[in-house]
Amino acid sequence: MSTVTADQESTENLWGGGVSPMKSSYGKLMIWFFLLSDAFTFATLLVSYGMIRFSHAAYSGSVSDFAFSTEYWPVPEKVFASIPFFHGLNAPLVFVGLMTLILILSSVTMVLAVEAGHRMDRKDVEKWMLWTILGGVIFISCQAWEWTHFIVGTDTATIGDVFLNGKWVEGYEIMGANLSFNQYGPPDFAAFFFFITGFHGFHVFSGIVFNILIFYNTGVGVYDRRGHYEMVEKVGLYWHFVDLVWVFVFTFFYLV
Amino acid sequence: MADQIPITVLPINKKKVKQLVTVAVYLLIITSLEFVIAFTMESGPLRTSIFIGLTIFKAYYIVSEFMHLKYEVKMLIWAVMIPLMFIVWLIIALIYEGGAVYEVRY
Repeated sequence: MSTVTADQESTENLWGGGVSPMKSSYGKLMIWFFLLSDAFTFATLLVSYGMIRFSHAAYSGSVSDFAFSTEYWPVPEKVFASIPFFHGLNAPLVFVGLMTLILILSSVTMVLAVEAGHRMDRKDVEKWMLWTILGGVIFISCQAWEWTHFIVGTDTATIGDVFLNGKWVEGYEIMGANLSFNQYGPPDFAAFFFFITGFHGFHVFSGIVFNILIFYNTGVGVYDRRGHYEMVEKVGLYWHFVDLVWVFVFTFFYLV
Repeated sequence: MADQIPITVLPINKKKVKQLVTVAVYLLIITSLEFVIAFTMESGPLRTSIFIGLTIFKAYYIVSEFMHLKYEVKMLIWAVMIPLMFIVWLIIALIYEGGAVYEVRY
């Protein structure tokens, strides 16, 4: 009898203030809502990528006969087929697979840091945060190499029509990529590559900065004094979100 | 200074760590599967649907286990999931638009 009354009381007061209806602190809740808004940003970027790609002609021949052209959207595994230090080696999607592996592993080390935080184990939190930061820095460095290679281009040029200095130039030898034209496909291809991976890379970078701050705070004992490691959890949520976005970007840009 | 505060460090929760590592292994297996499909299957709507399905699978594991959403209060789970459903509408609408632009372009 008394338990029923107690339950009724707690449900009546659930939204009346003074309690946490979602059993989360303000900070954690707000991180979730921020991630929701960021998810919408990336969703719009990816969906508009889908729309623009769908509005272009797709390559219709066999994969072995494929050549770059501004007339159709490229096959991704033909564009992203290089590895650092191995110039000329054709290794389709190997490097981006490595990047995905690194980011997933850094997510795992992050969740291990959160687990250590639950146990108030400062040393373990420091260890796992450091690994996460390292993973993030390696990912960003790999992405920087990808961009450089993408911008510089391959050894052979693509002949296409470009809009240069206010007029159309036909039969132009396109090498590399910029926001106006690229050797891989229509101008939209490079534009979307830069914007989507750039936005994501910026999120990874800010995540690394936050991780370094929280690592420092952990090291000087802020969370030991505070009595809980919830900040590690919150920054962990952001880092997992960054990994999640990469999973989607990897699928839609490199696989499909 | 931090060393002078009496903090009890609990031992590692082996079960939890084992579960997290299991999820990580799932993610790596699914990613490898995606790679195999990318190189063996012919590109087309079926392959794209398989990729999207596998990606949603990965997303489920990351959000529910790594981000701990599965263990949160139902209200919080809905507060995150329901707005994301609008993205489904966005995908359908914009793919349709893309097709329309294609018609105009060619």
